[in-house]
Amino acid sequence: MNAHHTPPVATLELDSVGFIHRGHTLLKPTSLRLAGCQRTLIMGPNGAGKSLLMRLAHGLLTPTSGSVRWQGAQPAQAMVFQHPVLLRRSALDNLTYVLAINKAARPKLKALPRKAQAMSALEKFGLAHLAKRPARVLSGGEQQRLALARAWLLNPQVLFLDEPTSALDPAAIKAVEDAVLEFHHSGTRIVMTTHDLHQARRLANDVVFLHNGELLEHSPANDFFNAPTSREAEAFIRGELVW
Amino acid sequence: MNRTTAFIAAGALGLTFSGTLMAADAYITLASTTSTENSGLFDAILPTFTEETGIDVRVVAVGTGQAFEIGRRGDADSLLVHDTAGEELFVADGYATERINVMYNDFVIVGPGDDPAGISDSETVIDAMQRIAESKSPFASRGDDSGTNRAELRLWEDAGVTPQGEWYRELGSGMGPTLNTAAGMDAYTFTDRATWVAFDNPQDLTLLFEGDESLFNQYGSLLLSAKRHPHLKHDLAAQWHEWLVSEQGQQAIADFEVDGQQLFFPNAE
Amino acid sequence: MLTSENAFSTALTLILSMDSALIAIVMLSLQVSLMAVMIASLIALPLGAALALWRFPGRNVVIVALNALMGLPPVVAGLCVYLLLSRAGPLGEWGLLFTPTAMVIAQVILVLPIIAALTRQQVEALHGEYAEQLNSLGLTRLRMIPTLLWDARFGLLTVILAGFGRASAEVGAVMIVGGNIDGVTRVMTTSIVLETSKGNLPMALGLGIILLALVTMINAIAHMIGETAKRRLG
Repeated sequence: MNAHHTPPVATLELDSVGFIHRGHTLLKPTSLRLAGCQRTLIMGPNGAGKSLLMRLAHGLLTPTSGSVRWQGAQPAQAMVFQHPVLLRRSALDNLTYVLAINKAARPKLKALPRKAQAMSALEKFGLAHLAKRPARVLSGGEQQRLALARAWLLNPQVLFLDEPTSALDPAAIKAVEDAVLEFHHSGTRIVMTTHDLHQARRLANDVVFLHNGELLEHSPANDFFNAPTSREAEAFIRGELVW
Repeated sequence: MNRTTAFIAAGALGLTFSGTLMAADAYITLASTTSTENSGLFDAILPTFTEETGIDVRVVAVGTGQAFEIGRRGDADSLLVHDTAGEELFVADGYATERINVMYNDFVIVGPGDDPAGISDSETVIDAMQRIAESKSPFASRGDDSGTNRAELRLWEDAGVTPQGEWYRELGSGMGPTLNTAAGMDAYTFTDRATWVAFDNPQDLTLLFEGDESLFNQYGSLLLSAKRHPHLKHDLAAQWHEWLVSEQGQQAIADFEVDGQQLFFPNAE
Repeated sequence: MLTSENAFSTALTLILSMDSALIAIVMLSLQVSLMAVMIASLIALPLGAALALWRFPGRNVVIVALNALMGLPPVVAGLCVYLLLSRAGPLGEWGLLFTPTAMVIAQVILVLPIIAALTRQQVEALHGEYAEQLNSLGLTRLRMIPTLLWDARFGLLTVILAGFGRASAEVGAVMIVGGNIDGVTRVMTTSIVLETSKGNLPMALGLGIILLALVTMINAIAHMIGETAKRRLG
């Protein structure tokens, strides 16, 4: 699949989105516009509200104030979590399951039976030899790749990833990052949280920086890493803010 | 709950239970007493009846009080019970069209072998029961409104005793459980002879008093009213009702023995 | 006289004799209880799952009621079904009283709250783990029910066994609605009551031993299946 042939990704607009839980303000009213097929990295120290912002954008949570809107039709989305939730069945069956419940399919695979679509996704993520293995007994890295394969089959226009590599070893991290680039190359917009500065430098086109439930910066990656505008971001980049 | 149950019932209706259980299409449901069932009388006489008529008899063995209730609600086709006064009332109330004497056995008093109340040489049952009450010896009563229970209460009344106090224990159980309990607590109890002879767990219990005419225990068959419950199998039930008092039926009852002892005495007129 | 020896030897003699009446009683016990558990499961599993997933006014009342009904005395369930199926009752027309079907209905009522209440707990716990992923995949709550039930299957196997235990052990309900009719509605538990009332305690206990052995066997098979599958699927 080639990026040039993909329809433009709908723009996500967060308008004064806030989130209050049991009297605690977890996200102050935040406005954010994510346009184009970018790789956006959401960064910030622990408890800054990164995962929360992503869940609000993906629609898993409803903001207590403000609104989340897509310009144009709501795009197909998928999300990969820090700890993948895989069903108690084989790796292959985890994939045929989403094909059965979600009518979406990758255009190239559309003509194939579900099982063949699932096998092609397993092959793409280097899991073909584990097809019959129960998903829950796979290693952490394999489980995360299976979660990515599952997202791949959903053919999302936007892919959210929440700290997808935080529990993985370096080889597995590399595999996930390659997969992220692969998704992007096929025309999927990436929105990902990480606390790993090196990873952010490798992957980001633009960076959203949060601190204490407040959006402090949204700028192109180069600008963010070289000339942060807020003191907090500067300290974070220097590694002085504990995450 | 009603609707859920109906729904479940509808589903369950479709179930088939394996052939042997539903073999005979022609059957009647007979509500009778535990004494007749526990003694083995039905096992002895029913095959003869079924062979002659092709009618299966399904026996629900309960206390006489509950048997009347089952009959009143239209849940049995026929009744064979032992409470003449109650049976006559049942007919008078219009639930049954006819009552006939079928057979009798007798009640006996059993108690601990050492007979603390000394009833074994009593002249009459009244005397025996007065001795139990005076000595305050433990007495286990069924207390379940059965035919046996009703007979026992009538005798206390005749003896001029109001049975109450530590020694008088109402169990609210069938005859068998009452005998088990009496054996366990070394108590006297009032039982029909059939259940007693067929009972396998007497421990120290011994038959201490028998033979008084007022211990006579009459069984009657009731033909239920077709007017009251049109859905019942009256034709089949009538065959059963008539067979019981026929020569064959009466002979079958007379032939039934446990340990060489006849337990029921046919007395149809 | 009852001793543990003659109870066991009676049980053994009964089993070895392969008495056809005994086999019929055992088969009917299994048929009635398994059928009741099957029907109750078909209703209670989705019901329990739905209760775990939906929030509605009065939900807590339903949960408390289900939990309380787990302790419903079998006699009471039997009495309710008796009044319902009796000729003088609302469903008397069906002529189901004193049939195995009536026994199944009574046991369904006993077993259903157990399976529903325990399923609700299991599914609610699993949903806590799965909710975000399933929401992200765009599943409706209705569509989540089969997924969660299937993934909770090992725990639910135990739940269903608990229901089967209650069904196969109870006597109060089947006695009232079945009537303990020889060859028609006589099952293991009602036979035990009958033999006890005849004072034939070795026979009663012998039947009890056979019943226990059967229930143990079914539990063991289910446990083995569950454990093997669990080990395999992680």
